[in-house]
Amino acid sequence: MSLIEIKNLHASVDGKAILKGVDLTINAGEVHAIMGPNGAGKSTLSYVLAGREGYEITEGSVTFDGQDLLALEVEERAAAGLFLAFQYPVEIPGVTNATFLKEALNAIRKTRGESPLDAMQFLKLIRAKAKDLSMTDEMIKRAVNVGFSGGEKKRNEALQMAVLQPKLAILDETDSGLDIDALKIVAEGVNKLRSPERGMLVITHYQRLLDYIVPDVVHVLANGRIQKTGGKELALELEAKGYAEFGISDAAA
Amino acid sequence: MSGELTPTHSPQGAASFIEQVKQAQPALAPVAHPWLACFRAEGMERFAKAGLPTTRNEAWKFTNLRGLDKLSLSPAPDAKSVPVDAIPTALEAAGPRLVFIGGQFRADLSRIQGLPDGVLLDALSAQMEADPQGLADRMEGLLARFPGADHPMRSLNAAFLADGVLLHVPAGVKLAQPVELVFLAPAGVAAAWHPRLVVVVEDGAEATIVEHHAGQPGAAYLSNIAADVAVGKGARLHHYKIQREGTDAFHIATLNTHLADASTYDTFVLNLGARLARHEARQVLGGEKIEARVSGAYAIGGDQVSDITTLIDHAKPNCTSREVVKGVIDGKARGVFQGKIIVRPDAQKTDGYQLNRALLLSETSEINSKPELEIYADDVKCSHGATAGELDEDQMFYLRARGVPRDMARVMLIGAFLDEAMDEIIDEQVRAYFRAAAAAWMGTERA
Repeated sequence: MSLIEIKNLHASVDGKAILKGVDLTINAGEVHAIMGPNGAGKSTLSYVLAGREGYEITEGSVTFDGQDLLALEVEERAAAGLFLAFQYPVEIPGVTNATFLKEALNAIRKTRGESPLDAMQFLKLIRAKAKDLSMTDEMIKRAVNVGFSGGEKKRNEALQMAVLQPKLAILDETDSGLDIDALKIVAEGVNKLRSPERGMLVITHYQRLLDYIVPDVVHVLANGRIQKTGGKELALELEAKGYAEFGISDAAA
Repeated sequence: MSGELTPTHSPQGAASFIEQVKQAQPALAPVAHPWLACFRAEGMERFAKAGLPTTRNEAWKFTNLRGLDKLSLSPAPDAKSVPVDAIPTALEAAGPRLVFIGGQFRADLSRIQGLPDGVLLDALSAQMEADPQGLADRMEGLLARFPGADHPMRSLNAAFLADGVLLHVPAGVKLAQPVELVFLAPAGVAAAWHPRLVVVVEDGAEATIVEHHAGQPGAAYLSNIAADVAVGKGARLHHYKIQREGTDAFHIATLNTHLADASTYDTFVLNLGARLARHEARQVLGGEKIEARVSGAYAIGGDQVSDITTLIDHAKPNCTSREVVKGVIDGKARGVFQGKIIVRPDAQKTDGYQLNRALLLSETSEINSKPELEIYADDVKCSHGATAGELDEDQMFYLRARGVPRDMARVMLIGAFLDEAMDEIIDEQVRAYFRAAAAAWMGTERA
């Protein structure tokens, strides 16, 4: 059974159509990449799936693990196993990373009918996961993303993913703002989470990230629709030719 | 210049209230001591002349006492007949405490034993009997430190001088345990009481005071507190207050604190209750190298008004003052912050910091913020900031996207917002207690 099935999804912001009929199916165990020029609707797609306010769904459906995803609240989507790694992780002064993640994990466990982890169990878990990402205890105790460098923020996203163990992880421009060393650490963290039960959707502008997180399927999103689908070689092709053939000239590609 | 917080006269609005007040006054037990009797009479005279403050005077522009003159001020019942089921405490270990019900001292609920030699802690009513001269001397000495500090609500308090607290810590004595002062409103009683706090912490002494003010909704009562505090050279006073009056009540507290050389004053007010609460605190930094920490927080909803008005008066050089006031406002509630810092010509090298932030949880909530810096010295460092905003949508989305339910996410963000103020509280036990009280407010506000 497919993990997520997006059918003919249309979404608009302030009356302006951004997604114009996206069709995309991801099965458990697969890693898909979405590439596309600026303004193609990549971030809109990730926010619509995560349930952010301000996006109007005008047509289409999303079925996630057998449920109507679009009918769920933001936190219900997370509890159902959807995870969005933010392009720009949010700083939350006054709330520590540890408190935040413990509340999040226990809320999700509660929905799954599992008992909450106590402080000791949680600390043990988060320390083990943080070590994999070369994160210190001090970073766990700090306020969420406050004073973190770009690379630390992305590692923090990977840490949250590792703790929450989602069924589908959407990585929105995870490579933006990262130097090559930070990129490798984050990609390694993500690759550890690849499993036959888990799907991933990697959204990126550049092919570079896909050297480290190698996708099974690559899609080109332009002008609000999936324009082309292929294997990992499609990413290399786009890197060489740019997005011109999709009617968009993009100097950055 | 020291009269900035003093309203001008405006007698017409509250004539009926003055009548009520006059009628209620003969119910007071007479005082024999001439100074104390005179203190009462003068208070009455001044209040009758001034009347209740109105919004026409600058210091009360944002806080309207109109409803106060419509209260029916029946006499409070004898406090001894009032059953008390729980007495709030911020402390794990039982320490000294004085308990007042409807403004009247309850010896049976209080604990005054176990204090170091020379420390005087007692109810004013008891001291008016036992040593009226000693009380009068202390009160007179304190009042002399605040010339020109007339205030209608203080006059009203003086007119009804009947009970309150005397704390005198002699030089060099350190109180190991905080002193708790508990003021409870009897349920269902619409009355007025006017406790007075007389606090003298002599040179090199140290004490912690925790004031609790609490009541139930359903009764429109007035708790009108006045405090005079002196902190001696090198002394340290931690002075905390949590206000959880019933939501139909008026709570007005007017504090004057005088600080001497190298003293430390660490004060914090948490306003959660009352229909209208005004906490007005004047700090006179009358010496050098003083550290004054004057902070507070509030969390209100419904039709509540929380007013925190402070004056930090730097008179001498090399002092530091720090003020962080933050509030959460829901429903149709309104927060008021008036924070004035005066740096007098002699107060060179003053270091002043003030921050005021409000979090508006509804479209009908409101904040009136008025920071004021009056600086007459040229070599000073003073900064202030005021902001008002809503819960951050990006933060809410981020928390929820990780599975934290909406209500919990709100509680986390509101708690984090208030913590920036709560962190100013030096005493860890009190800080934890105040944080828990604010969290409980969030719990009921959600329901």
